[in-house]
Amino acid sequence: MDEKIPFWRDDRVLKIIGQVIAVVVFVTVMLILGSNIARNFQSLGITFGFGFLRRAASFGIGDTPIPYTPSDSYGRAVLVGLVNSLRVMILGIILATVVGIAVGVARLSDNWLLKQIAGIYVELFRNTPLLLQLFCWYFAVFLNLPGDLENPPRLPGPIFLTQRGVDMPWPDGTLQTWLSVAFLLISAVLAFIIWRRRTTAMVQRGESGRSLQMILIGIGVLALLALIFGLQWDRPNLSEGAITDGLNLSPEFGAVLFGLIFYTAAFIAEVVRAGIQSVTKGQWEAARALGLRPTLAMRLVIFPQALRVMIPPLTSEYLNLAKNSSLAIAVGYADVYATSFTTSNQTGRTIEMILILMATYLTINLIISLGMNTFNRSVQMKER
Amino acid sequence: MSKWGSLLLAMMLAVAPIAACSSSSDTAGTEEGEGASGHLSTVLGRGSLVCGVNGQLPGFSFVNETGEYSGLDVDVCKAIAAAMFDDPEAVEYRNLSAQERFTAVQSGEIDVLIRNTTWTISRDTSVGMEFAPTTFYDGQGMMVPVASGVEDLEGLAGKSICVQSGTTTELNLTDQMRKIGAEFTPIVFDDEDAVYAAYAQGRCQGVTSDRSQLTARRETLAAPDEHVVLDVVMSKEPLGPAVANGDTQWSDAVKWITYALIQAEEFGITSENIAEFENSEDPSIRTFLGLEGSLGSDMGLPNDFTARAIRAVGNYGEIYERNIGEPFGLERGPNELWTNGGLLYAPPFR
Amino acid sequence: MTTTNPEPSVIAAPPITQISPGAWVKKNLFSDWFNTILTIVCLGAIAWLGYGLLTWIFTQAQWQVVPANLRLFFVGRYPAPLMWRPWTALGIIAVSAGLTWGILARSTWLFNRTGLIFLGVLAVLFVALSVPVSLNTSLLLLAILGLSVAAAFAGQQIGQRFPTLVSWLALGWLGIFFIVFGLIRGGLFLREVRLDDLSGLLLTLLTAIVSIVLSFPIGILLALGRQSNLPVVRWMSIGFIEIIRGLPLITILFMSSLLVPLILPPNVRIDRVVRAIAGLTLFSAAYLAENVRGGLQSIPRGQSEAAKALGLSAPLVTVLIILPQALKAVIPTIVGQFISLFKDTSLLAIIGFAELLGISQSILSNPNFLGRYQEVYAFDTVIYFCCCYAMALASRRLEKQLRTENR
Repeated sequence: MDEKIPFWRDDRVLKIIGQVIAVVVFVTVMLILGSNIARNFQSLGITFGFGFLRRAASFGIGDTPIPYTPSDSYGRAVLVGLVNSLRVMILGIILATVVGIAVGVARLSDNWLLKQIAGIYVELFRNTPLLLQLFCWYFAVFLNLPGDLENPPRLPGPIFLTQRGVDMPWPDGTLQTWLSVAFLLISAVLAFIIWRRRTTAMVQRGESGRSLQMILIGIGVLALLALIFGLQWDRPNLSEGAITDGLNLSPEFGAVLFGLIFYTAAFIAEVVRAGIQSVTKGQWEAARALGLRPTLAMRLVIFPQALRVMIPPLTSEYLNLAKNSSLAIAVGYADVYATSFTTSNQTGRTIEMILILMATYLTINLIISLGMNTFNRSVQMKER
Repeated sequence: MSKWGSLLLAMMLAVAPIAACSSSSDTAGTEEGEGASGHLSTVLGRGSLVCGVNGQLPGFSFVNETGEYSGLDVDVCKAIAAAMFDDPEAVEYRNLSAQERFTAVQSGEIDVLIRNTTWTISRDTSVGMEFAPTTFYDGQGMMVPVASGVEDLEGLAGKSICVQSGTTTELNLTDQMRKIGAEFTPIVFDDEDAVYAAYAQGRCQGVTSDRSQLTARRETLAAPDEHVVLDVVMSKEPLGPAVANGDTQWSDAVKWITYALIQAEEFGITSENIAEFENSEDPSIRTFLGLEGSLGSDMGLPNDFTARAIRAVGNYGEIYERNIGEPFGLERGPNELWTNGGLLYAPPFR
Repeated sequence: MTTTNPEPSVIAAPPITQISPGAWVKKNLFSDWFNTILTIVCLGAIAWLGYGLLTWIFTQAQWQVVPANLRLFFVGRYPAPLMWRPWTALGIIAVSAGLTWGILARSTWLFNRTGLIFLGVLAVLFVALSVPVSLNTSLLLLAILGLSVAAAFAGQQIGQRFPTLVSWLALGWLGIFFIVFGLIRGGLFLREVRLDDLSGLLLTLLTAIVSIVLSFPIGILLALGRQSNLPVVRWMSIGFIEIIRGLPLITILFMSSLLVPLILPPNVRIDRVVRAIAGLTLFSAAYLAENVRGGLQSIPRGQSEAAKALGLSAPLVTVLIILPQALKAVIPTIVGQFISLFKDTSLLAIIGFAELLGISQSILSNPNFLGRYQEVYAFDTVIYFCCCYAMALASRRLEKQLRTENR
């Protein structure tokens, strides 16, 4: 390096200078904005702090999955909202996946009519705003259910559909219920293990799997009995213009849940379809040539390969569902966004509540991403 | 990616200030107002008033099919604009939800909030508002369908009640129901239209809000006769204009323009007969109308600010009749002058 | 809030073989017992839904709310004396669209069957509009349609003469965007229309288009920043992208409408429409950055190495070699991004804007039209669907074209 490069043409120096400038500018902008906030606050006589979260909220919340009274603190109110959000997100993700897979498979069905219906559904729900769909679900569907409780529509169960929401049987929270739930969980895990072993036995050793199938059926019967009798269902009763007992799901909850499910399912259906289509036809043919039945070929050959393609876009759909649940505020469902918004309004603590909201949503997103990434790693090809 | 990095950096740095500058077209700061400073001079320099209103509430502020604003709150906005610029149309209206209204004031997005806002201690102190005199004394009421047979709050035990979030109403309802020990399910909406839409569809067995609002809203329901505003008053709701805390000159201006409307009614000055009063010999009237003294210019406003406001929208009585009394047949009650047994009382213009 | 990925189209259609309708029905609907059951269930569902929908449309729905407020839906509270401006803008767009169509289709038939059907449907629709709205509107729309078709023929002629024109189309549209924006907004010698007066579909389109145009350069910069080997730039880009993508759009809009004024110095006031557009732009830029990154990663390393070997400097390699290929690869995704942004503008209704959904809500609060939710929302659905579906179709065509070009 005899020939000296002037520093303004030296890459390494330039890079460092550029980055230092970037940091300086970033910090300066942040400082200016911060001081603006501080000055604005000072002139309005507002102080910054999270102490207000301990004060009594004194506003009511419609859906309270965990005990809450207006004398509880703002913090508790936000927590109720968070539980409400998680309720919608978890149920939404599970159900949207089920509906989405069903529709995605239907779009590839041999049946022309079914294929067309699935196609129309997907196009219609993907190409209209979710907010509009929420309004439709709430005002045009749920609030149009019969309002008088004399003779509401009754589905078997009994499940009642009224303007007050959906009333359905729900397990009583006794010891027996919890024992049954534990039993159901154990039998589900057991059944899964046996099912995996049966599949391996059938594929690798060419066994019939009849004996293991009998065990599976036995577990199923036991689980069904536990489900029906063990859980101690608390059925809703219709008496004198009021529905008592059972579980009441408010129309607000219903509107948000249905809106999210059917909107997201349309996207998931496309992910599923693209995933299955991404598996080449040769795989199908090879699987059939090996003598696998179509269902087995789908389960053992096609679906695992499709899953690898599907998981990344599926993750982003789940993230979208979680974020979209914040639209609940439009139909009066008290999710974390709505309760934080009310709190910020009652207390004037906009910045604090925005920080809490940001932290909440980023955490939820992180959890979903981490979960899906772990899942993704487990299904990716294990090569070499 | 060597020099490119620095080029990229330069571009990124360039984008930020450009984006900021290009959008800050509304920067105001010309010093036009005589002796005015702070927010008052900002508004005078801008030449128009940014007024935060409800926009969905018949009687107070409502947008009709042709897109024009009308109502009691809107008339107060017009009075302030007229007092400052002699032009009642120099107002930019911002429709605000109950939720966003205080932040809009805090942030200076609007100059004055005239959005049927209740004056409370916490809003006056910790939320950082400064309230001008009350322009409408209201109380919280409850509307139920006649067919439900509900006659008092106890009758609503176990029922659903629709309420708008972010309002004092929401808090009062909770307190009142706790007091009488009645459980209820609040159905809370962000949007006022949604509250009444849900009520009209029968989602809730009662809807609660300020009585004036319920009366006005009842008229807009499909069959007004099938709904009744219960004869209960759950709270005191003094509604009035609010500005941001900390700028006395600006809050004084809004305060005294509002008082001028009340004082004008006390003097009997209306938008029609104001010309006659300008020839009056009465020194208190001459001072009030800015023909003598320097009440207006001392506070940074035009000296005849009262006369301008009255010419544009009339006195308080006219405003009330035009927006509330005539369309909804609501008695003035506490919104009568103190001389007639009401609560409206303007301190002397001296 | 979501990214629509336009579906990949079928690569090659199988050879068409003539089969009798009976055989077709048997093969596609009743091939085995399971299929038969499915068909019957589907038919039942269609009959039930269709019957319900048709009875509602023709007997129960009270449609007068739509024609009575048509102007509000489309242009909102745009000042009535200035209505010629949106009309002129529509005319300019229609003529440009016609020209573009002609130039693109310079060497083929101008109107194939789908194109003709589309035009016919539009014409019938416009004629039908004369009943509920007015004859003038209907004639005006037909005239614009006619102009557009004439422009298409002219475009074809021009295109045949100057084939290089195709590469300038994008730039031309950018110019048209500015002209139309200036026309609607006013300024220079036209009376300025307050941004606050823009509402209805006009505001929806304005916010969506401006946001996507602005988010494009920012998104590309962010994507390049994320790929950069300068740690500060990379981490700042990653931080920005991930934070924005982790938040619901409504939180970002909430911040832009309420927090930004708190952060700015007291004398600086930014119009709230501009703030909302800024919020949408940042949101969409973060998503766009990820899409573009996908494109950047899909370009084989050999490309940049070959370019460097030719002696191109690093910025030139990126601008001339990598970016064009990367962008071309992700055009369909970007269209999908635009569709979702278009839908997401409906969230502006929550923060108090009177865009299409917001103005629908205020129409619904009008005492004369109380409770007409189903009709109004059905109308909104049709508008949103037509816009989004048209874009989705266009993106699919584009994708097909790009794929064949790459072969």
